[in-house]
Amino acid sequence: MSLVINNLHVKIKENNREVLKGVNLNIPDGEIHAIMGPNGTGKSTLVQTLMGSNKYQITDGEIIFNGTKLNNLAVDERARLGLFLGMQYPTEITGVKNSDFIKAAMEATHPNHHLTVLQFLQRFEHCMNFLDIDHHYADRYLNEGFSGGEKKRNEILQMMMLKPRLAMLDEIDSGLDIDALKVVSNGINHMRAKDFSALIITHYDRILHYVTPDVVHVMMDGRVVTSGGPDLASKLEKEGYAKLRDQLGLKIKLVDDE
Amino acid sequence: MKTDLNQIDQKYQYGFKDKIKPVYTTGAGLNENVVRKISAEKHEPQWMLAIRLRAFHIYQRMPMPNFGPDLSHLNLNKIHYFQRDSDHVSRSWDDVPDTIKNTFQKIGVPQAERKYLAGAEAQYESEAVYTNLKSDLKKMGIIFMDTDSALKKHPDLVKQYFGKLVGAATNKFTALNTAVWSGGTFIYVPKGVHATVPLQSFFRINAGNTGQFERTLIIVDEGASINYVEGCTAPTYSEDSLHAAVVEVFVKKDAFCRYTTIQNWSHNVYSLETKRAVADAHARMEWIDGNLGSKITMKYPSVDLNGPYASGSMLSIAFAKHGVYQDTGAIMRHHAPYTSSNVISKSICKDGGVCNYRGKEKIEPNSKHSKSHVECDTIIMDDQSTTDTIPANIVRNGDSTMEHEARVSKISENDLYYLMSRGLSEKQATKMIIMGFIEPFSKQLPMEYAVELNKLIDLQM
Ligand SMILES: Nc1ncnc2c1ncn2[C@@H]1O[C@H](COP(=O)(O)OP(=O)(O)OP(=O)(O)O)[C@@H](O)[C@H]1O
Ligand SMILES: [Mg+2]
Repeated sequence: MSLVINNLHVKIKENNREVLKGVNLNIPDGEIHAIMGPNGTGKSTLVQTLMGSNKYQITDGEIIFNGTKLNNLAVDERARLGLFLGMQYPTEITGVKNSDFIKAAMEATHPNHHLTVLQFLQRFEHCMNFLDIDHHYADRYLNEGFSGGEKKRNEILQMMMLKPRLAMLDEIDSGLDIDALKVVSNGINHMRAKDFSALIITHYDRILHYVTPDVVHVMMDGRVVTSGGPDLASKLEKEGYAKLRDQLGLKIKLVDDE
Repeated sequence: MKTDLNQIDQKYQYGFKDKIKPVYTTGAGLNENVVRKISAEKHEPQWMLAIRLRAFHIYQRMPMPNFGPDLSHLNLNKIHYFQRDSDHVSRSWDDVPDTIKNTFQKIGVPQAERKYLAGAEAQYESEAVYTNLKSDLKKMGIIFMDTDSALKKHPDLVKQYFGKLVGAATNKFTALNTAVWSGGTFIYVPKGVHATVPLQSFFRINAGNTGQFERTLIIVDEGASINYVEGCTAPTYSEDSLHAAVVEVFVKKDAFCRYTTIQNWSHNVYSLETKRAVADAHARMEWIDGNLGSKITMKYPSVDLNGPYASGSMLSIAFAKHGVYQDTGAIMRHHAPYTSSNVISKSICKDGGVCNYRGKEKIEPNSKHSKSHVECDTIIMDDQSTTDTIPANIVRNGDSTMEHEARVSKISENDLYYLMSRGLSEKQATKMIIMGFIEPFSKQLPMEYAVELNKLIDLQM
């Protein structure tokens, strides 16, 4: 079981611009992968496309998740297959209580696993304690007025409650203070299992000190240009993308190039 | 990811009709004789007949409203202005006819009944068949009964307040109501008494073409408080049906009244109601008003803020589907210094439904240091539906403030996407967003009503 992406080409519907230019990626079950890459290279686009956002259009290639082709599946169908996206900018929804939402989402993603209200509350409390989230966030409206870090924690809370098969976490570490980073990392490590895999998008190797990835991929200009072990992240952190690009002999313009 | 709104063919859930033969009816149409018959049938005092007859003549003269929805299909000559299906007001649940109990069962009243019917009154057809005062309410001196019974048992109280706030000549339908009223709720809360449980009333129209002209009169004496809840649900029939209630609420000095209504008429009902409250010094009046059904609703509950520091609020939701025209709003009249009013109106329209907010805020020269705030929020679910905000804001002194905010939006694609990315179907996600939108309203409802509202919205999505 795994996620397999073959030659994925994606354009932005709004302006017809091709952002992903042939992504190949393979995440076997039980593994945690990281993706790093300069701003604007298509990392978020990749995970949004995997989740099924209607802002993006697949023009070529395919996405296979545990044997099912995802290309034409609706967002909620993908979620019910076990995909989860911890978003870079989680949405605020007024009037919808965090706990009500999470309970509804659990019922939707695990229709055969009925939880009583008590069982739900116990698990919810357990996860909130684990993530050091104050209990009153259960009754807060979904992400409304949450600080950047609180939103990220709430994404991890949802992940722990929903127990997806594949969690894609888009810059889950940005905006987190040092303690929160540890807490969130614990949350991800806690999920590690044979039937769980994760894809962590990050700009810094800091989180990868807490969550050791099996594979680190580097994306540039809409493609995965190289992959390696955890040491690739520290190397990038020291040397930057320009050097890697030159080593790989790529002709790509980076945002910071003069 | 556009919402597929036509996917679900929703039949009106409560669209059934019980077989009940009216015991007495005046037949279709209205003339002076019918008015006399109504009054005689009820053995009313002469002064009430005089009020009715005067109102009938006003009714004949008065024009139909010259604003809002088209009422030209409302045939006032085809309506049965009076009929009763049960001879007397029954006191205990055992005396309530089985057919009526069945109806309650179909609309899910029984659960609520266990807790509340002991102290609640049910409006069935034109008159109450069920009145049972909870004994502790009685001990507190609270009078809670149908208005016909109140006229018999407490004629002086009725005479003192009846029509003092909503005169017959207010509009054509208040004139009509005053002429032919029947049923409705009467509540008197004595000085300093706090009704600890919400008083609830279940309303229901049954036979086709039956006009409903309840007359509700609530008096909350000085320093007293009450929370009154009424819920309506009606069966569907082929011909038009009119519901033209009048509600008068007197909130005395330092008193508090909350009046909650959930209206879910079937889609052939004209709901043309007039609700008016007066709040004396330091008193507070709250209208909570949910309009989910009907064909046309015209309803603008008002508060006259007559004493210093009086406050009034209106919290409303309106839901309009195809063929539904909700023309609702609030009227706040500031007549004393340091008064405040707050209006929050939430509307949802879909499949060509129409939701208008029509309101009026008036701060008079004698109401210095007063505040008024109005917030209108609409979700419009497709391009066929329409909405309009028609406020009239008048401030006649320099020390007062008035704010008006209006927002119209669609269901956000981003919100839908976020919820769906957690496995909720588009329908579930839409419903959750809508429920969130009206949450400020639903969280003010008693539990069973909130649950019922949830079910109703679910059915409508
Ligand atoms: N919905 C959209 N509408 C318009 N342009 C978009 C949209 N989504 C992405 N883009 C553009 O596509 C490119 C890739 O964006 P993407 O968000 O995938 O980058 P990223 O690798 O996640 O960058 P960052 O590290 O800054 O988050 C950028 O140039 C961005 O402006
Ligand atoms: Mg990004």
